[in-house]
This record gives sequence, structure tokens and C-alpha cells, in this order.
Amino acid sequence: MKNIKFLIVGTLFGIIMFKSEAASWYRIQEMFRFQAFHMYGIIGLAVAIGIPVVAIIKAKQLKDYSGQKIVFKSKSWSIPRYLIGGTIFGLGWALSGACPGPIVVNMGVGYLGYAVVLVSAVLGTLLYGVIRDKLPH
Amino acid sequence: MMDWIIQPWPWYVSGLLIALVMCSLLFFGKSFGFSSNLRTLCAMCGADKIAPFFNFNWKEQSWNLFFLVGAGIGGYIGATFLSPEGYTVAISEETIADLAVLGFAQPNGYAPSHHFGLEALGNLKSLVILVIGGLLIGFGTRYAGGCTSGHAISGISNLQPASLLAVVGFFIGGLLMTHVLFPIIY
Repeated sequence: MKNIKFLIVGTLFGIIMFKSEAASWYRIQEMFRFQAFHMYGIIGLAVAIGIPVVAIIKAKQLKDYSGQKIVFKSKSWSIPRYLIGGTIFGLGWALSGACPGPIVVNMGVGYLGYAVVLVSAVLGTLLYGVIRDKLPH
Repeated sequence: MMDWIIQPWPWYVSGLLIALVMCSLLFFGKSFGFSSNLRTLCAMCGADKIAPFFNFNWKEQSWNLFFLVGAGIGGYIGATFLSPEGYTVAISEETIADLAVLGFAQPNGYAPSHHFGLEALGNLKSLVILVIGGLLIGFGTRYAGGCTSGHAISGISNLQPASLLAVVGFFIGGLLMTHVLFPIIY
């Protein structure tokens, strides 16, 4: 099963999210109130490592495990799409105290209310798919 | 060593490990983005009959569903085997005081179980909050083309201006919810 490796990386991701407390509703509240460095440190360091790693992959044209060149699909610029879409997600992130990954992590922790959040999130994506032609992109 | 694992991990360990997760997905020829799973789940359930947006080969994305299931298993492992007894997230005193003003009890565990545990399902207000929160997340992430992993981590690592703008949006929404809407809701 070639997908088992993603189950393993996903499991590590879940453990990291839990242990870092980045999946905690309490930490998200603390973050949006600017009352601790914790969340900013996590995201900031991940990006501080990610930027040079991506730059090196591009410059050296590095390949993945199967020998394919690693490519980064860039998203084209748009103000309404990212600003409005991002703001809508941000409202949900603060209300739920979890972004999509942590929703699932919290279900594993045992907070079953997050199962409702997950089902609603799928429905939210469905709604977007249905009305997307009417939205500014 | 075990004691070190059991205690909550400091930000610099966590930030490093999240970057490693992103790198391992790149090494496996994939990109780190969790919210795409929501679209895949729609397509899997036959949403392509409702909207062309879901008409794509979702099987190519099935690797990410394995990642999703893993995230749930990881949460279970973390909470069950890798936590100190009576574990409660230690947030700042200021946050605890702000939350108390809104009527939240002293932090207990990983999230307020009154709003996110099983008991939330029997409370109409909590249930509505869960549903609306999910709808906003599902709608907003797809509209913006990504969430925290896809934009804030992967996109900014790729120095993509669109991702920076999306993250600005995440914070506009998050600050609005926390500082303006929370006092109305709670």
C-alpha cells in the first residue's frame, strides 16, 4: 500500500499538532488576543525553515523520492478571493478554535463536537462549489 | 526522554517538526494542504452531480485522506499515551481572565468540553456554534484556496503573495470573531 506512508506522516502530524497545543481552542484564543508568543513562534519557525528549503529545492531542481522534479504550483493573484475567502475562514477558525487539520486531531483527542464541525465544513465546501460562479475571484 | 515527550512541546520543537512534515510531503511528491480533503470528501460522495467544481479525479487525492485519518490517530495517541495526568493547556493568565469575562470556566483539558465535548451535542447554542464554525471553515478555505497548512505554511514558504494576503484575511476574520463577535455570542 503506497498510501501507508501518508498515514504515518499524518499520524506524526497529529501528534505534533496535539503536543504543540496548536490544535487547542485555548491556544487559538490566546493567539487572537496576542497574549502569548507560542503560536506565532510555531508558525514563524515553520515558515523560517520552509522558505530556505523551498528556495533550495527550486534552485537545485531537486527531485522527489520517485525521481520526479519537485514543482510548486503558484496561485495567481486576486484580491477578493484571498481577502474575502481568508476572512471567512478566519471567522470559522476563531469560532471553532481549530483549522481543518486540528478539527480531526480534536476528534481523535475525544472532543466529539468537532465531528459536527467536520461534517459542516464538508457542507461549507459543497456550498462554495455550488455558488462559486457567482462569487468574485 | 519520556518525561520530555510527555510534557507539552515548546514552540521551537513544534515549529521545526511542522516544517519537517511539509518537507516529507514534498519528498513524497505531494504538497502540504489539509483543506483540499474537504473538496475530496465532497467529490467522493458524488458532489460532481451537483457542481462541476467537484468533477475531478479525487482518487489522485486519496493520499491526503490517509494523512487526514493519521491526524486523528495522532490526536488519539497524543492524548491517550503522551500526556501528563490531569493535563490542561497552560495559557496565559490574561487569556484566562478575558475568557472568564465571557463566562468561560477556568481552562480544563484541551478545549472547553461544554462547547466541544459530547455534551455540546445536547445544547442547542453549542450545536449552532459548531455548525456555523464548520460552514465558515469549509466555505472560506475553499474560496481562499487553502487553510493554515496550504497558505500560512506551504504558500508563504514559497513566497507566494496570494498566500500572504490569505493569511491577512485569516487574521481579519479571527480578530473580528474574537474581539467583536465573541462578546455578542457568549
